[in-house]
Amino acid sequence: MAHIKLPEGLPGIRGAMAFRPETARPLNDLVEVLLHGPNSLSPGERELIATYVSSENDCYYCQTIHGAIAAASLNGDEELVKKVKVDFMNADISEKLKALLAIAGKVQRGGKHVTTEDVARARELGATDVEIHDTVLIAAAFCMFNRYVDGLATAQPRDEAMYRERGKWIAREGYVNVSKEYLPATVNR
Amino acid sequence: MPHISLPEGFPGITGGFVFRPETAKPMRELAHVLLHGPSTLSPGERELIATYVSSRNDCYFCQTSHGAAAAAHMGKDWGLVDQVKRDFGRADISEKLKALLTIAGKVQLGGKHVTAEDVTRARELGASDTEIHDTVLIAAAFCMFNRYVDGLATWQPEDHAMYASMGEHLASEGYLAPSIKG
Repeated sequence: MAHIKLPEGLPGIRGAMAFRPETARPLNDLVEVLLHGPNSLSPGERELIATYVSSENDCYYCQTIHGAIAAASLNGDEELVKKVKVDFMNADISEKLKALLAIAGKVQRGGKHVTTEDVARARELGATDVEIHDTVLIAAAFCMFNRYVDGLATAQPRDEAMYRERGKWIAREGYVNVSKEYLPATVNR
Repeated sequence: MPHISLPEGFPGITGGFVFRPETAKPMRELAHVLLHGPSTLSPGERELIATYVSSRNDCYFCQTSHGAAAAAHMGKDWGLVDQVKRDFGRADISEKLKALLTIAGKVQLGGKHVTAEDVTRARELGASDTEIHDTVLIAAAFCMFNRYVDGLATWQPEDHAMYASMGEHLASEGYLAPSIKG
């Protein structure tokens, strides 16, 4: 049971967002820019970073929904998503993305763990300053989202089909559009 | 030196904000709602929660700027801010705020550390569901802000007057407009 009285029927972060629309709006705006907005990193790559950090933080809801969005953005390749979570160094992804995931993993443990060498390595493999910035911020933001979802003990159903379907929907529509489902119209700008 | 080429003269998070205005906007808005918007927790109480979490995450810029904002809200009582960071159990704050700081400290470790007993204790001392929600989200948000500031190795000058002035600005104006002019 959740620690506070959240609206029923809305698992994970959705219940918390419906409970407090004033904070839901900037939270959705932030994740929209980071994961769905224009970027030289593909949506699939950015969702893999979010999924990996959520897995490191052991947040079931976040790693499963973002894993589903990642798979939906990567031709339905759920095996690749699983591989990135357990052993990204041997996953079939670019060397640049591996270097960015290494940075994300350091941020998950704490910002000071990121070294000049980590960043130099990513840059040698072609990462731009904006890509490095966004990797750090995606990892940092999921250290927030994961704590928000687990810190309130939100409902996190074990229902893979539900996550898979929502994953496809969010990959297509983005976060702000999908949030209209559970947020009152008055806070939808 | 910062890990990426951030604009010079902007300390801490303000460098990241100027570098990437698209993400700065929702981050500013989130901080504004959580710390400066209407709430039954006073702005000083909320800044103390932000300062405490930033201190536990060892982020110099965040704990100093938000500590300054907390002090600005509470009659320049820097001693109280230091006491909350060091040992809030003995600080001159309400028992309710102590229970909320306990929850915030658990969130800093990881969301699953928060127990039903922690929440019951806060509720018995008068905390509402929204206050508990906001405590969890403030603590979670500073686990983001702190990692953002340190993960980019931003410039964090040791300049008490700068933080005091920033704290005054944050306390009176909130977070939507920049507190540092380039």
